[in-house]
Amino acid sequence: MSIPITLDFSLRQGEFLLEIHERIEARVVALFGPSGAGKTSVLESIAGLRTPEQGVIQIGTRTLFDTSSGVDLSAHERRVGYVPQDLALFPHMNVRRNILYGADAGGGQLLQQVGGLLEIDLLLDREVTALSGGERQRVALARALMAGPALLLLDEPLAALDLGLRERILPYLERVRDELGISMLYVSHAEAEVRAIADWVVVLDAGRVVRSGS
Amino acid sequence: MPEVLSIALRTVAMAALATLVMLPPGVAAAWLLARRRFRGQVVLETIISLPLVLPPVATGLILLSLLGPRGPLGALLGWFGVDVVFTWRAVVVAMAVMGLPLLVRTARAGFEQVNRRYELIAATLGAGPWRVFFTVSLPLAGRGVLAGAVLGFSRALGEFGATIMLAGALPSTRTIAVAIYTFTETGQEAAATAMLGVSATIAFGALLISNHLATAGHQWRSS
Repeated sequence: MSIPITLDFSLRQGEFLLEIHERIEARVVALFGPSGAGKTSVLESIAGLRTPEQGVIQIGTRTLFDTSSGVDLSAHERRVGYVPQDLALFPHMNVRRNILYGADAGGGQLLQQVGGLLEIDLLLDREVTALSGGERQRVALARALMAGPALLLLDEPLAALDLGLRERILPYLERVRDELGISMLYVSHAEAEVRAIADWVVVLDAGRVVRSGS
Repeated sequence: MPEVLSIALRTVAMAALATLVMLPPGVAAAWLLARRRFRGQVVLETIISLPLVLPPVATGLILLSLLGPRGPLGALLGWFGVDVVFTWRAVVVAMAVMGLPLLVRTARAGFEQVNRRYELIAATLGAGPWRVFFTVSLPLAGRGVLAGAVLGFSRALGEFGATIMLAGALPSTRTIAVAIYTFTETGQEAAATAMLGVSATIAFGALLISNHLATAGHQWRSS
């Protein structure tokens, strides 16, 4: 299942100007490009952590941001799961409390499904400081999924992992894509990852889209 | 020395109450100053810090003019049948006002050291501003807030100038600091020395706890 994503906005950060005008319908969209191209800024604009100067951001039929009609939903109203590059797992909560943070009260069934899918059942009572890199990645992914997002934003989910771990995490992402059917926007600067998981690629360079296609 | 003990206990109880009174506005102000940019921020910061630099008796005089029977707040409270000046309430108010700047400054530093990423990510998980505050910001800044509360409590314990202006040195309002002064004035040196010992012991313990909390507060910030 895929939902149409409309990204039509401009964002200025000091000297840097990001402009994107895309309407995409794909299960996994990769935002590909070199460091400093503006990939993370796109994700943060969708998540509501940055405010574009002008434009529209729509996920399916929901308008998250639209300067012409004055819509600017707060981050907590957007239902967009965001896994940042630094993961930002809450250090004062154990794995279970991290994962259930954004879950509805009746999230038990989803926890079972997500826990099984990402193989974190045995990690639930661990402290996040005691997790390995790959485990942290899976916990952050589970936490975002448990909030029931309409779209999942992943910022370089494999960049901090060594080659062996990357090969182990990628199948988990493929499972999320195939079994949960959640659309993903996946930021990467590694071509092999993009080829493996994405069915649409947007190439960004210096704040502009230079190519977009399947 | 039953009098020394009863004064010490009363002072600790009043200082604890003053700390409870200053915590909600103090934590709110600390969070606002750490996390928001707003018009009048410098003015708010200055007003809160004023008791640190004003002579305590001057702060006491300001409080007296506000809370006295003819003062705007005093008249309003009097209308509800609540007297403040020269009662135990005056002691608590004086202690809270004098302790507040230390609480706000320390708690603010605690909030500033919390990585904003955690608050932003909590929001993307559907948490509104209050939930983010109570489940992420406050627990992560908790040791800073606690250290600030202990410092504010310590300051309240030693309060003299504002207290004597607002509450006097009546037997029912006499605190450790006021008692040291009156015992010395009236030649009761043994009592004054005993009071000094109690005061130094409590202050030393409180500061030790505050410093320990402030240092231990770094444990989460690097992750």
